[in-house]
Amino acid sequence: MDHFPTNWGRPRNELHDQYNTYPIHQRPSQPKDVFGEGVQRTQQPIVTGTSVLAIKFKDGIMMAADNLASYGSLARFKDIQRLHPVGTSTIIGASGDMSDFQYLQHTLDELMVDEFTNGDGHELGPAEVHEYLSRVMYGRRSKLNPLWNSLLVGGLQDGKPFLAYVDLLGTTYSASSIATGYGSYIAIPILRAAVDNKENTLTEEDARKLLHECMRVLYYRDARSLDKYQIGIVTSAGVSVSDAIKLETNWDFAEGIRGYGAQTQ
Amino acid sequence: MFRNTYDSDNVVFSPQGRLHQVEYASEAVKQGSAVVGLRSKTHSILLALKRSLGELASYQQKMYRIDEHVGIAIAGLTSDARVLSNFMRQQAMSSRMVFNRPIPVNRLVSSIADKAQVNTQEYGRRPYGVGFLVVGQDKNGPHLYEFSPSGNSYEYYAMSIGARSQSAKTYLERHYESFADCNLEELICHGLHALRETLQQDKELTINNTSIGIVGPASAHEKDVPSAGNFRILEGETIQVYLDSMLPKGHQDPAPAAPAAPAEGGAAPPAGVAVADEDVQMAE
Amino acid sequence: MPDTAHEQPQQRQFYPYTENGGTILAIAGADFTVIAGDTRQSEGYSIQTRYAPKVFRLTERAVLAVNGFAADGNMFVKKVKQRLEWYRHAHAKEMPLRAIARLIQTMLYAQRFFPYYVNNILGGIEEDGSGAVYSFDPVGSYEREACRAAGAASSLVQPFLDNQIYFKNQTPAPGTPHPTYLPLPDVLAIVIDSFTSATERHIEVGDGLEMYVVLAKGRSIEELADVAGVQELTTRADGDRMFVIQRELKKD
Repeated sequence: MDHFPTNWGRPRNELHDQYNTYPIHQRPSQPKDVFGEGVQRTQQPIVTGTSVLAIKFKDGIMMAADNLASYGSLARFKDIQRLHPVGTSTIIGASGDMSDFQYLQHTLDELMVDEFTNGDGHELGPAEVHEYLSRVMYGRRSKLNPLWNSLLVGGLQDGKPFLAYVDLLGTTYSASSIATGYGSYIAIPILRAAVDNKENTLTEEDARKLLHECMRVLYYRDARSLDKYQIGIVTSAGVSVSDAIKLETNWDFAEGIRGYGAQTQ
Repeated sequence: MFRNTYDSDNVVFSPQGRLHQVEYASEAVKQGSAVVGLRSKTHSILLALKRSLGELASYQQKMYRIDEHVGIAIAGLTSDARVLSNFMRQQAMSSRMVFNRPIPVNRLVSSIADKAQVNTQEYGRRPYGVGFLVVGQDKNGPHLYEFSPSGNSYEYYAMSIGARSQSAKTYLERHYESFADCNLEELICHGLHALRETLQQDKELTINNTSIGIVGPASAHEKDVPSAGNFRILEGETIQVYLDSMLPKGHQDPAPAAPAAPAEGGAAPPAGVAVADEDVQMAE
Repeated sequence: MPDTAHEQPQQRQFYPYTENGGTILAIAGADFTVIAGDTRQSEGYSIQTRYAPKVFRLTERAVLAVNGFAADGNMFVKKVKQRLEWYRHAHAKEMPLRAIARLIQTMLYAQRFFPYYVNNILGGIEEDGSGAVYSFDPVGSYEREACRAAGAASSLVQPFLDNQIYFKNQTPAPGTPHPTYLPLPDVLAIVIDSFTSATERHIEVGDGLEMYVVLAKGRSIEELADVAGVQELTTRADGDRMFVIQRELKKD
């Protein structure tokens, strides 16, 4: 179905508004930008990051994303950080277009500087950062010029774990385990089984192990992923992003696979 | 009438380093009837004296709700107040739209102070002729601010602006140390006593000429206040109970806890009397 | 098969909409209204979250349910709420239900050529104390009705309501005409049955059920007394009163 009502049953031009039924002051007048034709808007992501995973645990939230930025199927940059602390109680993780993400990083950093210079003890927590990002993302999609990302925002809001999602359409939601991209198919069933109804008992150690396992599963299945990833944690102690963690994998089973690829026998 | 040199616009300082137009704007605030603001650990309140043009006229509106957590009382030009309060409402709504956060009260006050400052510096503009007392609460608790046409804003334990507000200030200065631990009823009682000081000799506070604005938890006499203690304005019959709690006139120091302060024998100059000014020339 | 890909220039267009599943429903009684929605939010075959409210309290006596594209829905509700706040500033009272309905129409129609991709159902109590439901299409066409279902499972629920509320295809026993309005317990039962059934038959419906009940001023609340998990939202007992009831739905 064509969802643009501008295309629904529009009268032919010579018939349009024959009786002047269209109020003059409401006639669509597009202010013409002389260079409008030359302006390109994002139609597809270019350099991309794959899944981000995040869960709530008893002391806060934990987030994981690998260090790869792909250029199509080319593993182009293998030391990219996709987790970004914002202020003292928030962390965001991004999949999708990395240049759009860097733009958002700059925007958020500027916002936090403005906030800090007020010097009045009011700081933006994860809920406010998420709301702000939602406005930005929805605003850009409404201009048909989206920031091509799926973002996770996590942190501590008034001492309680907060975790939410926003994407290029401005769609938002909150849950105790969230994953973007391939992770939403592969990791979410594992995460939900381990986290749902256990948010208040899951320890940091449990959470770390759980995300490690999910990152390994994703590395086995997601061709745009990397065996090097980082963990971001927000607790009452503050925000931290770990050093790169290496995934141990065992591909011996591949030897025995027959039936596709180079080996057909 | 006074006629000063260096007062025809606001881009020229007087040789004494003063901006006369800005000072005149502060005089406009003193033309308005008095408002009083007080703060305790749990509440911030406003009290205002409403004027009526006559027997046949209604009483003026002295208080405006800005958002769930902020309200103002005004003294001076009501029309200027409407412009500024509308701006404050926009700021408050914008904070809720963008961050889903009630705007911090100090930032709201700064935003109008910045706006007012521009009018004290740019040619062809006139300063706002109105002053506000702003009450609000945020995560740091209840607040009370004064905004004035000069573009200044200050936070206070207690404050009064408007006609004869010096009398109210004298009362507040004598009692402010006890305000922090007052409950809402006591705080309102103090506020009413302060407001009464601004009345002319033969006038009384009545349910018609008094408004009370509150942020903080409900008092025993209030119904239907959300637990967040949103800003509300009390007028009419509902304030009778508070008026009844006042001590009769001439009965000084209603709060027993407050130690009697020594009388300030003419320390402060009476409100409205200009200090000698070399620029001032008397015309006619 | 002829390759037509190169015959004319191709452009990939960013598509600014999606559907997030779920279903909403409202039924008006003589002096009450029930407005309900499930709490699942999904995209494609993925459940994004099991708790994303679709029903929102606007005033002391008005509730808005929004279903379709969640981002548009949330933004729309936010804008309606801000318009209502301005009304409150200007008039020192809450906007009456029928005025909110007209407001929603103009706000939706203002986006006629880039619509909010949502179905709205507004429910509450009118100034005359009657229960009312207004339903809207995405570009603002609206009418007042006794009941309406919208969203993913509307094609399952609406026929059921036609039968149970409007008594379509039912023949009354001789001399006993159908009642004009159903009592509150019957309405609540119909709402719950609608959602449990929709959960069985539609993959996008489930997880949780949120029912808002608005009672006209002075109406007895007795019928809600023994309802499990009911919570009052209004602070004043001498006006219209609002309650919310939360229930679990199957999560598979």
